[in-house]
Amino acid sequence: MGSTAWFKFASPAAFYPLAGRLIPWFAWAAGLLTLIGLYLGFIVAPTDYQQGESYRIIFIHVPAAWMAMFLYLVMAGWCAASLIWNTRLSAMMAQALAPTGAMFSVVALWTGALWGRPTWGAYWVWDARLTSTLILLFLYLGYMALRAAIDDPRRADRASALLALVGAINVPIIYFSVRWWNTLHQGASVSLTSSPKMAQTMLAAMLVMSFAAWFYAIAVALHRARSIIIERENGSDWLRRQLAGTN
Amino acid sequence: MNRSVTAHRVRDTPVHDPLAALWHACSRDLRLAMRSKAELALIVVFFVLVMTLFPLGVSPEPKLLERIAPGIAWVAALLASLLSLPRLFATDHADGTLEQLVLAPAALPAVVAGKVLAHWMTNGLPLVLLAPLAGLQFGMSPEATITLVAGLALGTPSLSWLGAVCAALTLGTRAGSALLALLVLPLAVPILIFGAGAAEAVASGLEAGAHLSLLGAGLIVCWVFGPFATALAVRIAYE
Repeated sequence: MGSTAWFKFASPAAFYPLAGRLIPWFAWAAGLLTLIGLYLGFIVAPTDYQQGESYRIIFIHVPAAWMAMFLYLVMAGWCAASLIWNTRLSAMMAQALAPTGAMFSVVALWTGALWGRPTWGAYWVWDARLTSTLILLFLYLGYMALRAAIDDPRRADRASALLALVGAINVPIIYFSVRWWNTLHQGASVSLTSSPKMAQTMLAAMLVMSFAAWFYAIAVALHRARSIIIERENGSDWLRRQLAGTN
Repeated sequence: MNRSVTAHRVRDTPVHDPLAALWHACSRDLRLAMRSKAELALIVVFFVLVMTLFPLGVSPEPKLLERIAPGIAWVAALLASLLSLPRLFATDHADGTLEQLVLAPAALPAVVAGKVLAHWMTNGLPLVLLAPLAGLQFGMSPEATITLVAGLALGTPSLSWLGAVCAALTLGTRAGSALLALLVLPLAVPILIFGAGAAEAVASGLEAGAHLSLLGAGLIVCWVFGPFATALAVRIAYE
């Protein structure tokens, strides 16, 4: 056991059927948890005495913002693995995660704007979190654009992996520099951290929604990785057998 | 150990010495840059032109201009540094010189460091020297102007390094300078914030020490990791 057992799944031929078996579990878990989380968040959780009903958007907003940040780090981790061990699958996983991460940062920005209008009185405020999430979105877009611009897939793997690693070193620096810039420019605007202590049900709803976002991201990334494998390993024997046999 | 390598015109120096490799790459690029002085002047003109556009677009009101001057100067510097990035590796890539440099026994990180140093001396340094002009144009105080110059001196080499990594990654790709801008500009955000923040802090009567220290720290990080990251990026382009 140990590392060899794990490295077995670094081969697309071993990974492809495993991912196929795992996807339904994660997809169903994501769907179920979303329903529970939305029920808890929209119906069970009490109305906030300060923000009224508009606060309920945090049940989507906060998990999306977490996932946007977190997925970039996961992606950078896969990129590091692909540069270190030169495994094709690591690069495919990174490639599969990028669109989901970009989607979550768009959702975080969009819901943040919708929440900001009734709460701050403006769709967009140059708040530190909003600004750094926007820059994070640009990092995702840059990663995907670089991949798309390079024809040779192996070179695209390595070039975009290096870019993601440079970005990952930069992400905390960007976050703290933007925070500092923000405190220098404008006084304290309303921030999420200063909101009153959350009720138990609110916290529970947010946790459930976070797990839903996790499972959704895993399911979608695995599915996309399978598609990438089909695209890249096109013509190989094992894939032809797979496609003829199970699917 | 006195092998003569004709590939990149390193004549009688021991090519295994990284400093010698750095020096040769730097002097070669400087010599090439000096042969097209018009292009060098273009960067400077672009920098002044962008800064001139802001008062026309915003308002000629002196108070406002004085306040936003450091930001304008830094944005202009960022854009000007983008302008020359494609030439850092692309011409050498096109005529095959870069491939010879990759194959040469000299350490590639040192060669790349020499190229970036030359790039900064021909593109960053003119902007640093020209920054007092921005101070005059926008009526900045002398102290703020000096801080702006110091910030640019510390920050533009880091910009060159970020640009070098991204320029090497985009070598020979279909998407051109727009992709390069998308890759470089988000990464350059901290440098912009600390650089413009330093001059702004002085203009509003605060100390700029923290900003300049952070810019210096970024510069050190860039010089430590930049050569290896850029060398790796160049190698990836030749796989």
